[in-house]
Amino acid sequence: MSRTLTYRDALREALREALVGDSRVFLMGEDVGRYGGTYAVSKGLLEEFGPERIRDTPLSELAFTGAGIGAALGGLRPIVEVMTVNFSLLALDQIVNTAAAYRHMSGGQFSIPLVIRMATGAGRQVAAQHSHSLEGWYAGIPGIKVLAPASIEDARHMLAPALADPDPVLIFEHVGLYNMEGELPEPCVVDIRSAKVRREGKDATIVTYGGSLAKALQAAESLAAQGIAAEVIDLRVLRPLDDATIMASVRKCRRAVIVDEGWRSVSLAAEVAARIVEQAFYELDAPVARVCSAEVPIPYAKHMEEAALPQVDKIVTAVKGLFG
Amino acid sequence: MIAVEHPAPPPPTGPVPYERPFALELLADMLRIRRLEERAAELYGAGKIRGFLHLYVGEEAVGVGVLHALTPEDNVVATYREHGHALVRGMNMGALMAEMYGKQEGCARGRGGSMHLFDRATRLFGGNAIVGGGLPLAVGLALAEKMLSGRRVTACFFGDGAVAEGAFHESMNLAALWKLPVLFCCENNLYAMGTALERYESQTNLCIKAASYGMPAVSADGMDIVAVHEAAKAAVARVRAGDGPVFLELRTYRFRAHSMYDAELYREKAEVEEWKTRGPIHTYTARLKSEGKLTEEQFLALDAAANAEVVEAVAFAEAGTWEPVGDLLRDVCAAENPS
Repeated sequence: MSRTLTYRDALREALREALVGDSRVFLMGEDVGRYGGTYAVSKGLLEEFGPERIRDTPLSELAFTGAGIGAALGGLRPIVEVMTVNFSLLALDQIVNTAAAYRHMSGGQFSIPLVIRMATGAGRQVAAQHSHSLEGWYAGIPGIKVLAPASIEDARHMLAPALADPDPVLIFEHVGLYNMEGELPEPCVVDIRSAKVRREGKDATIVTYGGSLAKALQAAESLAAQGIAAEVIDLRVLRPLDDATIMASVRKCRRAVIVDEGWRSVSLAAEVAARIVEQAFYELDAPVARVCSAEVPIPYAKHMEEAALPQVDKIVTAVKGLFG
Repeated sequence: MIAVEHPAPPPPTGPVPYERPFALELLADMLRIRRLEERAAELYGAGKIRGFLHLYVGEEAVGVGVLHALTPEDNVVATYREHGHALVRGMNMGALMAEMYGKQEGCARGRGGSMHLFDRATRLFGGNAIVGGGLPLAVGLALAEKMLSGRRVTACFFGDGAVAEGAFHESMNLAALWKLPVLFCCENNLYAMGTALERYESQTNLCIKAASYGMPAVSADGMDIVAVHEAAKAAVARVRAGDGPVFLELRTYRFRAHSMYDAELYREKAEVEEWKTRGPIHTYTARLKSEGKLTEEQFLALDAAANAEVVEAVAFAEAGTWEPVGDLLRDVCAAENPS
């Protein structure tokens, strides 16, 4: 059995299910209530659950993220929505210095079961202060988990295990995905531990996540027509990384390209590349390649924005480049 | 540079409106903090305690006066100058000292040290060393309390320096907007580390800032334990009644350096000496004696008890053990969910 719905609707269903199922769960953030959510994810929830549990906040990312931490310590299961990852930098202190450090720093006395959702990524011509992909930065911080749902099933089912997790979980929703429509298999259970092979192949591994998954799958389709069977891995969980799934694929295909909408330098792609080199170097037939965003603040003009981002043709070129 | 003068107010006088047992308990707690920290300073010199060590000497009336207005069920969020708060909340002095030693018998297994004292049992939520970092946390604890229909007050301590942080303003607004049960306790010791209040704030009347968020704002003499406790009792009652947060400014003075690294080049010795004449312990002791609530023998007995507790705490810390290096990654995340 399966049914068709959008990524946005899947996220909303997940929120609704969590709110119905656990009275400790509430959603808090800028314009989540009356406005219906910046990306309309929470549309209709205020009417159903009321202003206590669908809580509009002032433009105070630092305070309401910190309040989410405190509320989690106080016995609730908050879901904090930050409008975009760019704005989350205003809350970075609370995320890094408090949420991520608290359990260890307190000698294990306290845990912070907090979920923080935010939009990430480019492609909508909203320029440099609304378009960056900074999830890779968060993926470098011990004490938190970082998720990147790229499919309808993950949009629908990652929230429940994130809320059940005793530690802070950050969920990054790529802005290009909200309108994506797809099949949701039912019943469907997902974990927040593993990467997933989204397309099987034998000649080259494409490791990606989030908004780049669809591009990687298109590239694989194009490559197939050219006689190269690319395997596509959706990381899904950016911290902790599922090394086993990545390495199993790389050992099979012996070639790897990493596609990451973050900037190349000190990126998640760099981390994955380093791990492949550390763990599977002798099984590689070619150097690891990367397709990342150009190292510029994402520009407004459409052609320039497109030029800055990973695209299908760049992925195809990078994979073919591994075959001498 | 602005010429800054911080004249000490006249020493506190007037009757102590408490029965003897409680009056002496307040004194005993101030003495416990003082003796603990004097010993901690020596142990720092001896290399037993390392890192940062921020002493509360001179400010004891603030923590003791406020914390005695709370119930054991209430929440406390403190700063990196929190030895006194932990002690008065009920943390065992041995666990506190062991934490400063870095031993695994410490309250946080030696992970936090002096600045990060945590105690689940007494609902002490740190020990926060990011100035202003505890305020959003306190707002969230209070939000949980309100949404769960609880009766707890969350007391959040921070220094005057925090008032310049965005976290202060965002948190005050949020707490007032949502009418949350937070008691904001500003320990105004007139210096943000080495920068005098007049040199970093355009508006030095901190109550005006708090009042601008629509919450009651009260200032009290932080060198006078009676004034602190009375103001705190009234503020806690108001917060517990459910009408929203209250801002309490306690004007106090730090007798010692900001931390053990501080050469104190930013203030006059005469100013420090003048404030010392207002010391919260000796002025309160004199008042109790003049009222016949305390004899010299009783004072010496309380002091001896505080010193004995310190001796025991040091022995506990000395006997403590180092956390095995194999436990380094323990509690980064829950055991079943390594990250």
